[in-house]
Amino acid sequence: MAKELRFNSVFDIIGPVMVGPSSSHTAGAARIGKVVREIFGDEPDRVDIYLYESFAKTYRGHGTDIALVGGLLGMGPDDARLPDSLKIAHERGIKVTFVPKSDKVDHPNTAKIALQKGARAMTVTGVSIGGGNIQISEINGFKLSLSMGTPTFITVHQDVPGMIARATDLMSENGVNIGTMTVTREAKGEKAIMIMECDERRPDLVAKLKALPNVDNATYFE
Amino acid sequence: MFYSIKELVKQAQDYPSVAALMVATEAQNTGRSEPAIRSLMARNLDVMADSIAQGIAGVKSVTGLTGGDAKRLDQYLDAGTSYLGPIALAAVRNAVAVNEVNAKMGLICATPTAGSAGVVAGTLMAVREPFHLTREQQVDFLFTAGAFGLVIANNAGIAGAEGGCQAEVGSASAMAAAALVQARGGDADQAAQAAAISIANLMGLVCDPVAGLVEVPCVKRNAMGAAQALTSADMALAGMRSVIPPDEVIAAMDAVGKQMPSAFRETAEGGLAATPTGRHIQKRIFGD
Repeated sequence: MAKELRFNSVFDIIGPVMVGPSSSHTAGAARIGKVVREIFGDEPDRVDIYLYESFAKTYRGHGTDIALVGGLLGMGPDDARLPDSLKIAHERGIKVTFVPKSDKVDHPNTAKIALQKGARAMTVTGVSIGGGNIQISEINGFKLSLSMGTPTFITVHQDVPGMIARATDLMSENGVNIGTMTVTREAKGEKAIMIMECDERRPDLVAKLKALPNVDNATYFE
Repeated sequence: MFYSIKELVKQAQDYPSVAALMVATEAQNTGRSEPAIRSLMARNLDVMADSIAQGIAGVKSVTGLTGGDAKRLDQYLDAGTSYLGPIALAAVRNAVAVNEVNAKMGLICATPTAGSAGVVAGTLMAVREPFHLTREQQVDFLFTAGAFGLVIANNAGIAGAEGGCQAEVGSASAMAAAALVQARGGDADQAAQAAAISIANLMGLVCDPVAGLVEVPCVKRNAMGAAQALTSADMALAGMRSVIPPDEVIAAMDAVGKQMPSAFRETAEGGLAATPTGRHIQKRIFGD
């Protein structure tokens, strides 16, 4: 049985190729923003970003704010448009606020991002663990630990009977083995989130997941 | 997969080099083919070379705090009057170049982090010509550095916010030292000794960026990390050994990082950042 490692690939150490100046505060922040955008599945019209500890104290100097917003716009850490992200967000009519917090958290480089689009709202907390690598530690108040090293499917769906069976049937039919699975919900009968960390790389299955009844959004990343 | 330096050295016995072990392990972990993995790494090598060339040509950071020093070092190197030999001074110049490009929001390859990206790239580009390293050997250099970096990252950490600058420039210097040893034909155990000596030499190094920027003292610390890597590599190649085993040295660095007050972990509240001039610079740039 392999141990749980924070760093699995040589490219976590030699890489990423990125726009400077800080792998944890710039590249990691851009990755957090991009993953959050993928989980939300839509361009938000309002974003409130809560920054903790080192992120709170040094975000301007490292361009953490610029990188988070760039990621939320869909840019990767090596995107040359990254330095202009705040301007681009403003032009697209996205309202962005930054709130440095003094609360203690588990990891020094933490950002909690609250997104809204119309009546839809979601919060996601991302952690930058060094060298541009990140983890997702919370979605809508549900604590979890999501590393970006493994193929992962996330669905946002209506909390009705049979959803888990439908999703796992789909994985099973396609020969995908689920390593860990987390299902959480806001309240009975409301929105629920299902996270499946798998062994196989199958980005093609995300469209099939999305097509299942009562699924609002499905995303895949690795 | 190897979880400790001890395992890394042992597993490397079944391969021609640490680099070959790393490529095979990566293939096993990710399902990617070995040629694909080598070609990904070759792209990183090219980004490193480009960032050095750009830095030596002369750049200026967004704040104006850093830039132009790689160019100065290049001219000084040409003059031939330095204490350091041409290889060591070229490594210092290259390390400065990468971090000056980083500070101006240019494209670099984080190794293991952006703030410490000059060390491995800088030493590699300084030795590749004098020692006639082929392109494949240069790519191998990065795999060797990455193998040691993985063990350090998983057993201690590579974020300044977690463990101070020892986790960044210290880790980078250890990675470079190990790769330098293998590039000269040293075995995996000698490479491990070089890595251990490097970490021990940089133990306790604080992360104290002025105004929170990856500029002061990061650019010059990379130069020191590159010079230190050459020093440790030479010590190991001469047959010197770390009295404390490499895995215990890494565990000690992890413990020191955890014991470090938050003022020294990338918060810009201690060290050079807390000096009157450091505070003044912060006020000038951010107005508070």
